[in-house]
Amino acid sequence: MKKIILTVTLIAGTIALFAQSEKYKSTMKEKIAVLDTTRDVASLKDLSAAFERIGDAEKTQWLPYYYAALAQLNAGNFIYVSNVSNPSELKNLDALADKAEQMITKAEALNKDNSEIYAAKKMIASLRMMVDPMNRYMTYGEQAQQALETARKLNPENPRIYLLEGQDKFFTPEQYGGSKTEAKKLFEEALRKYQSFKPASELDPNWGRSTVQYFLSQIKS
Amino acid sequence: MRKIALLTALIFLLKTAAAQTIISGIVKDNKIPINGATIAIKDSYDGATTDSTGKFSFKTTEKGNQILVISAIGYKTFEQKLDLNGTSQQMTIVLKEEINEMRAVVITAGAFEASDRKRTTVLNSIDIVTTASANADITGAIKTLPGSQQVGEQEGLFVRGGTAAETKIFIDGTLVNNFFYTSEPNIATRGRFSPFIFKGTVFSAGGYSALYGQALSSALILESIDLPDQSSANLGVSFIGGSAGFQKLAKKKNASWGVSYGYTNVYLAFKILETKPDYFKIPEYHTGDANFRIKTSKTGFLKYYGYFSHNKVGIRTTSIDTLGYKDAFQLKNLNMYHNLSWKENLGAKWKFNAGVSYTNNKDDINGSNQDINNTDVILSGLEYKNFLLDANGNYFNAKGVFERRFRGLSAVRFGTEFNYSDDKGEYTLYNGQKYPISINEKLYSGFAETDIYLTNDVAAKLGVRTEHSQTLDKFNVAPRISLAYKVGREGQASVAYGIFYQNPEKKYLPSPNELNFAKATHYIAQYQKVTSQITFRTEIFYKKYQDLLKTAGTNNNQQIAASNSGHGYAQGFEVFWRDRKTIKNFDYWISYSYLDTKRDFLNYPSEIQPNYATKHTANLVMKKFVSGLKTQFNANYVFATGRPYYNIRYDDINKKYAIYDQGTTVPYNSLSFSVNYLPNVFKQGASKFSVFVFSITNVLASKQVYGYTYSYNGLRKEPIVPPTKTFIYLGAFFSFGVDRTQDVINSNL
Repeated sequence: MKKIILTVTLIAGTIALFAQSEKYKSTMKEKIAVLDTTRDVASLKDLSAAFERIGDAEKTQWLPYYYAALAQLNAGNFIYVSNVSNPSELKNLDALADKAEQMITKAEALNKDNSEIYAAKKMIASLRMMVDPMNRYMTYGEQAQQALETARKLNPENPRIYLLEGQDKFFTPEQYGGSKTEAKKLFEEALRKYQSFKPASELDPNWGRSTVQYFLSQIKS
Repeated sequence: MRKIALLTALIFLLKTAAAQTIISGIVKDNKIPINGATIAIKDSYDGATTDSTGKFSFKTTEKGNQILVISAIGYKTFEQKLDLNGTSQQMTIVLKEEINEMRAVVITAGAFEASDRKRTTVLNSIDIVTTASANADITGAIKTLPGSQQVGEQEGLFVRGGTAAETKIFIDGTLVNNFFYTSEPNIATRGRFSPFIFKGTVFSAGGYSALYGQALSSALILESIDLPDQSSANLGVSFIGGSAGFQKLAKKKNASWGVSYGYTNVYLAFKILETKPDYFKIPEYHTGDANFRIKTSKTGFLKYYGYFSHNKVGIRTTSIDTLGYKDAFQLKNLNMYHNLSWKENLGAKWKFNAGVSYTNNKDDINGSNQDINNTDVILSGLEYKNFLLDANGNYFNAKGVFERRFRGLSAVRFGTEFNYSDDKGEYTLYNGQKYPISINEKLYSGFAETDIYLTNDVAAKLGVRTEHSQTLDKFNVAPRISLAYKVGREGQASVAYGIFYQNPEKKYLPSPNELNFAKATHYIAQYQKVTSQITFRTEIFYKKYQDLLKTAGTNNNQQIAASNSGHGYAQGFEVFWRDRKTIKNFDYWISYSYLDTKRDFLNYPSEIQPNYATKHTANLVMKKFVSGLKTQFNANYVFATGRPYYNIRYDDINKKYAIYDQGTTVPYNSLSFSVNYLPNVFKQGASKFSVFVFSITNVLASKQVYGYTYSYNGLRKEPIVPPTKTFIYLGAFFSFGVDRTQDVINSNL
């Protein structure tokens, strides 16, 4: 009888553990897929909270916190795009950037010197700048540049670096240093990097390819 | 074996067929529902976020004793114990506010802060440099804010009915004894220091903190810059002089040092523009400064700033007292100023700030009457006009402040201050008689202040200051109180009350009689609203003056302190509006001050409106950056109603001072323009940065009369006007090794 109980307990234990990591993988996979396709701001905020709960429960995984930050950043971008002509709405972006920063700090504590995390930091600085570009260009423009350069140093093959750089060149007005031709070159480079990029796991960041293709379609040679 | 498989299957089934519990409720802050609060079961994936009505609802498969964690930005996180057994649970959760610097109310009654970091910023350092009428003089820019009178013939800030001596200026906490160059009669000099060495300016038009004293009206509190971003070399060239300097930042970025030297000679300017007085010695200035800054520890910082200057000027005007003769005035000045300040954390909760400053000021002044051939003459009845004054002043100031922070933003600070001044000199009369001058003062002060933040919506600052003066042999105790509370989403209101004491001005000492401190009591109320588009401030004040200095005349036509029987009042209101957003790349502000003041002090026969105060003053400042031309255009228009002028003379028969003539000057108007061209402004990473400046003050050559001087018998009067009707400046400034593009874009756009 003792042997049976022991065996059963061991098996149950293994099943429980297996179930747990399976639960993590499947929940993450499902939520990452939702993140890729959601454009609704309220849903993105809920999604971010869900990723945060996973991170808090797992305690050793950086990816949930990374995606929690990414969800806030995506929400911020959608708010910006729909409110460009209504600048008084943009001050809400600071709260999103604060939350994203809180999440990315937790991610970094679990995985230092990660190129994806620095790319996310660049996006946070850029989001803050979007609130008031005229007055914030000095602090956040500088911060965004530095974060992107660190991301590049840590992994020059990361395609998201070229996507973010290309976006900067695409949206900055010409008299402030922007250029659609340079943006095109960067997007093409990004596309090449996407071809050869292999994420460390099926849960690691792999987004942005369709965004690059969208931008390339917008630039008429 | 089958038994094991069955048991295993059972266990597995039990785990998957777990009961689901529904948890729902509402999260509030006292009465208001909180949107976007997160609810999570500790160590579980399950949870939700609240919607705009504060409500949430979610299902969980967790069982038994669990902890529910509720958090929201700006509030303290809350934990609730749960027992999950399948029955749904409903709850109401109330979160407590967290006191946070970004959302807390700020005590602003009476104060304008101009720094780049605080939310209550009104002007930043580049604003001061680009204000058209200021000519890069700090007080010139402060004069475009409400509270300041447009006094053009004397340097200093005349605030809310007070004289320039009633405003004191501090750098890094300690008093600056000679902030302005030594003055010539009826001509305003400028401040000695460049606005670029400061990172923060607080202009308090009344009700200032217990940490400062000896100023009946206001305090201008300046903070010098810390470490530069990079090493750099600077070169400036204009048609009135040049300057060069460099700043070196250590490789470890924990220390820096620098020196600079400048030379100014207005010869060219005065050749092109006609000057009213005859400048037989063209104003010439040599100035130099040096600094070092060291990070003494992770939390400690030591700053030193040293300055020296030598200047000379000589002017000659037609004498109003007698035909055919001239009044001549010459001065030579040598000034040295040292400021050392240190800040450090003592343990986790205490901070210590200390500062010392030392000034040595030597003035060599010569006054005389001259004849047509510019030769010195002594005229009967006007002998006193011929004199020599050799003055040597040594001043030392020290201050130490301890601060303890509490939870939230509350704090307690206390400290002590010591001011030492030693003025020695010799006054030589027309007949060779020499009178020695020796005025020595030691002032000991102690102060304590507390900031109390009850919630993010209500804050109070309570302080008390005590001073003991050795020359007066008296001490005073002054309370200072201010409160601030949030009004609506973006507005706040403040009130302030305080008593302010000041020693009699040194130029009226020594006195044969016993003297006391002069006293001013301030009552201030303010409302402000700051949104991302506009800044709006309005303030109303009442000041009561007591124990003001009364003077008596001497044989040398001078005034000496007689008693403290003077009194007066000042009341009024001010409005400030700034809009940086409505029109693209266009920034403007309007300030309006209304002042009603009367006082009986010095030789005034009764309570009258002083000659430096006027009822209405308005300023309109505009800046526009045209990115295509890489140029910023600035304009400033000032308007003030006329100032009163009096002929006050001693009535020998009735043995008292009387007004023999009075009037009001014409209203004051001045329109100034300046243009800044930045050729490298968008070339990122350019190692050379340059700016070309062109400015004209009083473009319309409006007639400006500050007041009138009377002849000794009161029969003739002459208007006091600026030395040149308009002033033109053209200069270029280059910076190597540092990219200031960001600085300029940040301030100009």
